[in-house]
Amino acid sequence: MTIKRGRGIASVNYPIGMNLGGDPSQALVHATPSGKFMVTLSSIDLGQGMKSVTRQVAAETLGVPIEDVYVDTADSDTGPHCMGSFASRGTHRVGNAVINAAEEARAVLLDAAAEKLEVNASDLETDGKGNIQVKGAPSRSISVMDASGAAQFEQGKTVSGRGIFFVPRNYPDPETGAMQPVTCYAHACTVVEVEVDDETGVVTMVSMKSAFEIGRAINPAMVEQQLVGGGWMGMSHALYETTEPYYPNRDHAPVDFSSYLMPGPGDICPIDLVVLERPAPDGPYGGKGPGEMCATPPIPAIANAIYDAVGVRVDELPITPEKVLRGIKGMSQTH
Amino acid sequence: MSQVPIQFKLNGQDKAEFIDEAATLLSVLRGKVGITSPKAGCEQGTCGTCSVLIDGELRLSCITLAQTCAGASIETVEGMDTDGKLHPLQQAFLDRFAAQCGFCTTGMLMAAKALLDKNPNPTREEVVDAISGNICRCTGYEPIIEAILDATGGSAGSYRRA
Repeated sequence: MTIKRGRGIASVNYPIGMNLGGDPSQALVHATPSGKFMVTLSSIDLGQGMKSVTRQVAAETLGVPIEDVYVDTADSDTGPHCMGSFASRGTHRVGNAVINAAEEARAVLLDAAAEKLEVNASDLETDGKGNIQVKGAPSRSISVMDASGAAQFEQGKTVSGRGIFFVPRNYPDPETGAMQPVTCYAHACTVVEVEVDDETGVVTMVSMKSAFEIGRAINPAMVEQQLVGGGWMGMSHALYETTEPYYPNRDHAPVDFSSYLMPGPGDICPIDLVVLERPAPDGPYGGKGPGEMCATPPIPAIANAIYDAVGVRVDELPITPEKVLRGIKGMSQTH
Repeated sequence: MSQVPIQFKLNGQDKAEFIDEAATLLSVLRGKVGITSPKAGCEQGTCGTCSVLIDGELRLSCITLAQTCAGASIETVEGMDTDGKLHPLQQAFLDRFAAQCGFCTTGMLMAAKALLDKNPNPTREEVVDAISGNICRCTGYEPIIEAILDATGGSAGSYRRA
């Protein structure tokens, strides 16, 4: 028995969003009676940080403290249209829609403040602390709460905005087949090291090192959270998870968590990651989507590392000990 | 199904309920006494998200017959704070971003508390062993392991952000 070590590398260009029906998402923003702001979405936060990121984007665009922004989401009965949380599209598509809606609401807010201060709205700025002031003369100011109150109670205006973002559907050129399915891509490169036991076929992760280019990391802690979790998911796809181990034969299909395998806390390896920020021209404040992209390069990198370790090329996932062992035995028979 | 009386301690407070004879502890906690931190995940004892402490021992409430808890002291996440101040494990989970969807989090906290109550200075291997009955789909486990080690005062970060 020998433990053999191998190293593999893989890169990915990952599309943000999809080329289907324009892939639109909508957002609505309005001031509440207390001068706070509500962002209404149908986009679902499954724990990736959708609510935090859209809250940050709305606060930044409105020019108000983040504490004064609420995000109400995940109800398609009451919210505006959203295609959904998939295709790594949330930050990009919904973030842009929130910017559109917040810009429209901000314009009404500044108009209301301009009327109270008797100045031109284009001469106003927000201080990010809850006030609207005359550029160069901050002593002439009105609070966001008073401005939105004036709009609602004196001027008869709703401080609100509507936003939609979509990328027009693109069709292939009939002559060349060329097309632009999406407008922005995230990028990653992963290097993994594995150890392969050539007697049992068991693959043990040694290390996973990745570089990610994800546009601007709007919420760096949550980006890191996604990337670390995604590394584990990639490992899990590569080595463990399947509902159909002998497809199309349904034998041994897992029925619960004791037979549907995933790496446990004792099966993980150190994950080392570097985030490169290259703001996307059409991203909300440059943001792309780190979501799914981070789970993809570990898979071919692990397959390559196994090939490097024992010379076995497995092209069906997951790469179970059985497949590795059959590969090793197949080589010894042909030699 | 006939009802039977049961008395137990829940997060330090005495409780008395009438329950179905065959009720699980999970169904009594969630359905009878308003304790929702233990989640109904697999409901067959394989995912760990229903974990609670019974007389200090980590137990799966989904496969524990409630009647067997008569006279026992049961702890859940609802009882972890002290006068609104988070337990060091809860604070460490927050600081380390050790939760994403949150479905495993309460079970993880219980597993970690069971460990630290008995072994305040565990090794990384002991932490891994303590949470190995709890499945997490989001975090990749590393932030959870690091949060638990942080709560002991140690630190063993193995990933970094550039």
